[in-house]
Amino acid sequence: MSELDELAAYRLMLTIRYFEEKVEALFAQGLVHGTAHAAIGQEAVAVGACLAMRPGRDCVTSTHRGHGHALACGADANRIMAELFGKAAGYSGGRGGSQLMTDPALGYWGSNGITGGGIPVATGAALSFKMRRQRRVALCFFGDGASNQGVFHESLNMAALWKLPAVYICENNRYAMSMPVEKAMTVSGVAARAAAYGMPGETADGNDAAAVYRAVSAAIARARRGDGPALIECMTYRLSGHSRGDPRVYRTREEEAEWRRRDPIRRWRARLRRENRLSADEDRRLRGEARACVRAAVAFARRSPEPDPATLEEGVFA
Amino acid sequence: MRILSGCEALREGLRDALRRDKTVFLLGEDIGAYGGAFGVTRGLLAEFGPDRVRDTPISEAGFTGMAIGAALAGSRPVVEIMFMDFILLAFDQLANMAAKARYVFGAPWTCPLVIRTPAGGGRGYGPTHSQSLEALFARVPGLKVVAPSTPADAKTLLDAAIRDPNPVLFVEHKLLYSLRGPAPARTPSRREPLGKARVVRRGRDVTLVAWSWMTELARRAARELAATGIEAEVIDVRTLAPLDEETIQASVRKTGRLTIVEEGCRTGGFAAEIGFRVFEHAFDSLDGPLRRVTCPDVPISAAPALEHAALPSVRAIVQAAAALVRE
Repeated sequence: MSELDELAAYRLMLTIRYFEEKVEALFAQGLVHGTAHAAIGQEAVAVGACLAMRPGRDCVTSTHRGHGHALACGADANRIMAELFGKAAGYSGGRGGSQLMTDPALGYWGSNGITGGGIPVATGAALSFKMRRQRRVALCFFGDGASNQGVFHESLNMAALWKLPAVYICENNRYAMSMPVEKAMTVSGVAARAAAYGMPGETADGNDAAAVYRAVSAAIARARRGDGPALIECMTYRLSGHSRGDPRVYRTREEEAEWRRRDPIRRWRARLRRENRLSADEDRRLRGEARACVRAAVAFARRSPEPDPATLEEGVFA
Repeated sequence: MRILSGCEALREGLRDALRRDKTVFLLGEDIGAYGGAFGVTRGLLAEFGPDRVRDTPISEAGFTGMAIGAALAGSRPVVEIMFMDFILLAFDQLANMAAKARYVFGAPWTCPLVIRTPAGGGRGYGPTHSQSLEALFARVPGLKVVAPSTPADAKTLLDAAIRDPNPVLFVEHKLLYSLRGPAPARTPSRREPLGKARVVRRGRDVTLVAWSWMTELARRAARELAATGIEAEVIDVRTLAPLDEETIQASVRKTGRLTIVEEGCRTGGFAAEIGFRVFEHAFDSLDGPLRRVTCPDVPISAAPALEHAALPSVRAIVQAAAALVRE
C-alpha cells in the first residue's frame, strides 16, 4: 500500500472546506439558487477514500452531498462552481446543479439526487469491470440514511454473491437530514450490516483522512485481487446544516461543539505541525492557495455565460 | 422466411446479439437453467454460460440499477423483468438514472440498456401480473419504448434496441410469445430503426392505430370490417417513444377517421397522446370525432369473465370503427 501524501490531503481538505463555506455564503447572499448540501466536517472521508483510488481507472459514485467527493477526485473547482451557478461551463452545463455532475476522465461518476441511487450503479460498474477483466474497482459513497434503502440491501447482496470489485463507503454523519441514526436502525452501526451479506464490515474514524485511506486502500487491494467487496463505515459529523435553511432543531449546540473539537482539518493540521511536517509558512501558503482556488472558481462561474435556452431539447438521446 | 413463434424469434434475437457482441449479457430472475418465466432464454445458458446469462436474486430495483451501472461502464446489459408489473420496483432506476444520464451528464456518457418485459392480459394472471404500463414509461424523456406485435418485428426491433446507445424498454406481450409468423433467419443488414411505424394493412375508410398485441386485434377487426364493406388501414406504432407521428398523420389525412386501440387503462393512456397529436397537427383532415378502445380505469381481474370484459376485444374495435364510418 502506498503512503498517503499528507500535504496533498491537507490541501484538498482545505479546498473542500473553503469551497463549501463559500457555497453557503453565496446561498445566503442569494447569488446561487436551488439547493446544495455542504460537506463541512466530512472532508476527511472524501479525501482519504478518493486518494486511495487508481486515477483514470477506478470509479466512484457519490451522493447528494457530492462537492467534496468531486474535489477529492481532482475535479475542476471552476466547473463545479459554474454548475452551482447554473452556467453553461458547469460540469453538466447547468442541467444537473449541485446534485448531478460527473467527470468521467477522473472516474468521478457523479453525485445523485436520489438517496442511495448511486449504490446499484457502482455495483453494476463493478460487475462490468469484473466481466470484462479490467481490474478496476468501483467505490461507492452513501450516507447512513441510504443504508435503509432497499437498493442498499439488494446491491450489497449481489456484490457479495458475485464477488464484485466494489468498496462501499458509508459516511455516517449521525443524521439522515434530521433523523438520528439510532432512530432509524436497531443495530449498532451500518458496518454491522455487512455480516448479513457475508462481506467484511469495518468502522473507521471518518474524521481522520489517514484512517480512511488505510481502510479504503486495503479494501481496494482486496477487491482488485478478486476477493470481493467490503463495507467501510466512516464515523463523521456534518458540521453544517443538511442544506440551506436547516434550523438544526434535531441536535444540540453542545453536540455540535463536541464534534467541532474533532474537526478533521484542525486535527490534521495540529498533528502535522506537532510532527514538524508542516511549517507555519507552508500552512499559510496552502491555505492561501486553497482560498485562491475557491475565489477563482467564483469569478469563473460569475463570468461564464448562461446555458442557451435554444439547447433545451438537445441531447435527450445519445 | 421461416415461421417462428414470438418466443423463438426473441430467443434468436438474443442469441445473435450474444454471439455478435461480447459486451452483451443477460440478467434477470430465472433466466438461466429455467429459461425465463416464458421460456425466452431457454438454452442460452448452455451456449453462453452463467456469466452472460446471469440469474439474479429477486431484486428488480437492484439489478436494474446495476444494469445501468454496467451500461455506463461500457457493457450492453439486457435485463428481463419477469412481469411488467414488477418493473414498478425499478421505476426509480429507469426514470431517475437511466433516462437522465445522457441529458444531464452529456457526452461521452451513454446508457445502452435494454429492459425486456412480458406485458398484458389474456392469461388470467390477475391484477399484478397482467398490466400494460408502457404509457407510464413513454412519458419519461430519455427512455425509448418498443412494443412489437409480430415475431419478425420482435427479432429485428430487439436487435435495434440492443444496438441502440440509449435505454430501451422492450415490451413483449405474453400472447406474442405463442403467436406464429414469418421471421428473418438473419438480422437484415439494413437495420430497422427505432421510431418507425408500420402500415400493416391499407384502407381508405378509417385508421386503426395500435401497438403490441392490440395490433393483432386491430388486424382481425379490419378483416371483419372488410366483410361489411369498410376498409380499415391498420398502423402498428411499434415504438411509442420516439413516436412516428408522420405515418399516423398521413393515414388520417387519407381516411379522415381514427380509432386508437390501447390495452392499458384509459386515463392518461398513450391513446390519448396519439389522439391529441392528431388533433394538433391533422385536425383539418378529420371527418369525425376520435375514438379509442381501451381498458376502462380498473385493475385487471383474474376471473376470465371480468378480464375479458376489461380488455379491448375485436368486437369492440369493430363497433367503434364502424360507428365512426357510419356517423
